[in-house]
Amino acid sequence: MSKQKLVVIGAGMASGRVLEHLTDAAPDAFDITLFNAEPRGNYNRIMLSPVLAGDQTYADIVTHDEAWYAERGIATRFGEKVLEIDREAKVVVGENGHVPYDKLIFGTGSNPFMIPLPGHDLEGVIAYRDLEDTERMMGLTAGQKCVVIGGGLLGLEAAAGMAARGVAVTVVHIMGHLMERQLDEAAGYLLRKSLEDKGITIKLQANSKEIVGENGKVRALMLDDGTELPCDLLVMAVGIRPNVALAQAAGLAVGKGIHVDDQLCTSDEEIFAVGECVEHLGAIFGLVAPLYDQAKVLAQTLLGEEAAFVQKSLSTKLKVTGCDLFSAGDFADGEGREDVVFRDPSRGVYKRLVIEDNKLVGAVMYGDTADGSWFFGLIRDGTDIEEMRETLIFGPAYQGGDTADPLSAVAALPLDAEICGCNGVCKGTIVEAIEGGAGDLGSVRASTKASASCGTCTGLVEQLLQVTLGDAFEMPAAQPVCGCTDHTHEDVRRLIKTMPLKSQEAVWQELGWNTRNGCHVCRPAINFYLLADWPLDYQDDPQSRFINERKHANIQKDGTFSVVPRMWGGITNPRELRAIADAADKYNVPTVKVTGGQRIDLLGVKGEDLPAIWSDLNKAGLVSGHAYSKGLRTVKTCVGTDHCRFGTQDSTGLGIKLEQALWGSWTPHKVKLGVSGCPRNCAEATCKDVGIICVDSGYQVGVAGAAGMDVKETERLIDVATEAEAIDVTVAFVQLYRENAKYLDRPYKWVAKVGLDWVKERIEDLDERARLIEAFELSQSIYRKDPWAEHAAEKAERYQPLADLTLEAAE
Amino acid sequence: MAWVDIGALDDVPVRGARKLKTALGCVAVFRTDDAEVFAASNTCPHKGGPLVEGIVHGQSVTCPLHNWVFDLNTGQAKGEDGQISTYPVRVEAGRILIDGTALSARSAA
Ligand code: SRM
Ligand SMILES: Cc1cc2nc3c(=O)[nH]c(=O)nc-3n(C[C@H](O)[C@H](O)[C@H](O)COP(=O)(O)OP(=O)(O)OC[C@H]3O[C@@H](n4cnc5c(N)ncnc54)[C@H](O)[C@@H]3O)c2cc1C
Ligand code: SF4
Ligand code: FES
Repeated sequence: MSKQKLVVIGAGMASGRVLEHLTDAAPDAFDITLFNAEPRGNYNRIMLSPVLAGDQTYADIVTHDEAWYAERGIATRFGEKVLEIDREAKVVVGENGHVPYDKLIFGTGSNPFMIPLPGHDLEGVIAYRDLEDTERMMGLTAGQKCVVIGGGLLGLEAAAGMAARGVAVTVVHIMGHLMERQLDEAAGYLLRKSLEDKGITIKLQANSKEIVGENGKVRALMLDDGTELPCDLLVMAVGIRPNVALAQAAGLAVGKGIHVDDQLCTSDEEIFAVGECVEHLGAIFGLVAPLYDQAKVLAQTLLGEEAAFVQKSLSTKLKVTGCDLFSAGDFADGEGREDVVFRDPSRGVYKRLVIEDNKLVGAVMYGDTADGSWFFGLIRDGTDIEEMRETLIFGPAYQGGDTADPLSAVAALPLDAEICGCNGVCKGTIVEAIEGGAGDLGSVRASTKASASCGTCTGLVEQLLQVTLGDAFEMPAAQPVCGCTDHTHEDVRRLIKTMPLKSQEAVWQELGWNTRNGCHVCRPAINFYLLADWPLDYQDDPQSRFINERKHANIQKDGTFSVVPRMWGGITNPRELRAIADAADKYNVPTVKVTGGQRIDLLGVKGEDLPAIWSDLNKAGLVSGHAYSKGLRTVKTCVGTDHCRFGTQDSTGLGIKLEQALWGSWTPHKVKLGVSGCPRNCAEATCKDVGIICVDSGYQVGVAGAAGMDVKETERLIDVATEAEAIDVTVAFVQLYRENAKYLDRPYKWVAKVGLDWVKERIEDLDERARLIEAFELSQSIYRKDPWAEHAAEKAERYQPLADLTLEAAE
Repeated sequence: MAWVDIGALDDVPVRGARKLKTALGCVAVFRTDDAEVFAASNTCPHKGGPLVEGIVHGQSVTCPLHNWVFDLNTGQAKGEDGQISTYPVRVEAGRILIDGTALSARSAA
């Protein structure tokens, strides 16, 4: 029997595997011709990254060398592209001539996708696919700059490889975290941290706008926001598209890829396709594991054996030294799923398993991936895990039962981390004292002064006692923030400042949260702590806010909202009142009420109307009254010297100035002020968070009053002579409260915890007062603005329904 | 199933929700992760709180009025006697698709 003529297009990883199987099983079955557009045979493409990083050389990664092809009698036509297939004549047309076939295999792989940005065709804009691309990157020298577009697997391997050569690399990624298809936010956070440690700059949520060139060569990438990132080379790694052009021209059935059945046979029964160029049951492929399965099936099919390709779950690893990550299966989307999360902050470990119907369906891991293949096995085999559910996350070696160690974060702190902010005592000093014999809180306080002032770091000092002394120290039970963590509010606040932690992902990971992304209790608290401590680095997260603060209006029991514009110090005028009346008419507001805070409430406004009513009110100069916020509410005033025969100072004017200084700021709970012109106290200042009573000699500033669920008179903080001092002292007090209080403690509760004396000491210390005012002003440079105007201008869309299907149904 | 395109994935903030008007009343579309979405009735069985305004965490939402927490996979309220209807949704090429038949099936029933 004469040999069949087999022609293979593309000497890639998939077709290479087919040839191995085929020639091993039946060395003489086919006369084989192999075309490859690249001027070389089959090499291990996935190892280009270690080559780039300098860990291997090209010679190390060649899979099939000349001798291999010769031994198996394969005619090679490397560096020759196939131009056309004539299916009638059964001939393949290459650049250098025709070859007839009985059977034909497409193994054309895929093409990197290039975003058609202006400038994408400049010299120096490349993809990351083959040896040529790799050599271009290796041509960069230390100190040169490269921008990589794409924070997926390929982009990051390219970035890490170049960074290892001393190139200054910036990765630009459009999504909120790296490798979003394989990782969740938490693992993405850890990965980003490791890459930044390697000197790589990462820009997330960054949209590329244009590639800027000079003399036909790339010079910089310009982002949407106008930022220019200078570069000598620009690598686009944003995805791949199956290489189908040739098959399409030959009239084969093609969708996203070349359509194949379970035997890898195309719409022409003499023609097969394998690898990244195929589409099987709607799926396309980008990792080698399924391609190797395909290759085996195709070889068997060609030899007349029964075989069928079945898609299986996949796992991913990143080939960057020091970034140990693993992701497998499906951890997104779906009904009836449950998460199990484990974090060990001191080792930088994060693991998340997704369980459905007592089976493991997905796993993401960072830092410790040793059990990855075990989990992957459970996913592939669909093993019933009901029995080991409780301890599953600890892996095969540990089916005994362990829990995340709440002390881990404190144990991991460096010795110079500051534990006690009041007295500037760091961990090393405290540990030294404990080792020197201070065996309880009292002795640590006595010998180091740690936790001897405001006392909010007590929990951390106790944890250090436990870490240092072990079981010899008995920890008092502390109330954690919520079920997501064992840490108290005070510990979390302190650690956010000390470690420092500047994002929610960082808090969840470094402090060992046991949920994916917190809950409705901890998220608003953490969001506040982060923005209070890092006003410039941290960006407020609306999704971590209660609806009132997210939509800047108070939700009512029927789902409508109330709108309360600010009336500075309770003063208004006919123009404002008319605007309020007009708005009430225009938006059919059912109730208009004068509040207990000296302003007017429009109750019952529909959510969809909010941006419009705000922009109407804005036109009359009215801004948000923050009647919904944990922030400054109102400053109640009386008429003072302007009109009252007893007035001693301009209480109305001072109230307005205070409101203008403080508005927009976020605080642990709401803050209300009152300024009365004399001790008759018509503004009820003595039951406010800060209440000022004007007297002939100046101003009596009281704090920590209450008139809600508790009623309590203010306590005298300080007496000052001038209005300017009264404002300074108030601002400093509010900032001290912002920096130290537990979320949802009104000032009177917080002052009761830290003691009025401690507060007085701070405010009376003029350096500290100045520091507090400066810190407040820094934060206000971002938050002293009208959220209504901003939402009406930029976010109005979000207040409307996503879509209205009732309209379609009516058609 | 008849998949209906209801908008771009990016129109819903991560860990947020948007309202969808349907013949059955309002449905809340939740985005719990970059590419993870759920859809469920917008109305809390407790006292009618609008769930679209709740805080989204893990694969759950907390009602804004009195903090009932619902598992978005099953619609079951955690530790409370109550459940909301859930609807099949999926993400394809950056668009959110909802199962139109599930939305009309119940109105017919
Ligand atoms: C509108 C108003 C009643 C009125 O018609 O006068 C009001 C309405 C609400 N108050 Fe108040 N409070 C109003 C003045 C007060 C006052 C009097 C004052 O400010 O002089 C107090 C006592 C002083 C105080 O704050 O301690 C007051 C003590 C409370 C409390 C208890 C706070 C506490 O620490 O004990 C709450 C509950 C909370 O905040 O947790 C509360 C909560 C509420 C909420 C936000 C309930 C809620 O969470 O939905 C109400 C919102 C209704 C709405 O949708 O608009 N409201 N509330 C007043 C708005 C003032 C303003 O212009 O901003
Ligand atoms: C840098 C890098 C790192 C990677 N890392 C991993 C990893 O860690 N794990 C993993 O599973 N996967 C990884 N991959 C993906 C993996 O390499 C691919 O899935 C695999 O190489 C695809 O094999 P293939 O045979 O389908 O295509 P290819 O290996 O691309 O081979 C296709 C060949 O066909 C040739 N060709 C195309 N058209 C013609 C024509 N008309 N005429 C002649 N020849 C033609 C091309 O020149 C090419 O050589 C990585 C990819 C890259 C680029
Ligand atoms: S007193 Fe009670 S009912 Fe009245 S507005 Fe305040 S919170 Fe609502
Ligand atoms: S209405 Fe939802 S918890 Fe009460």
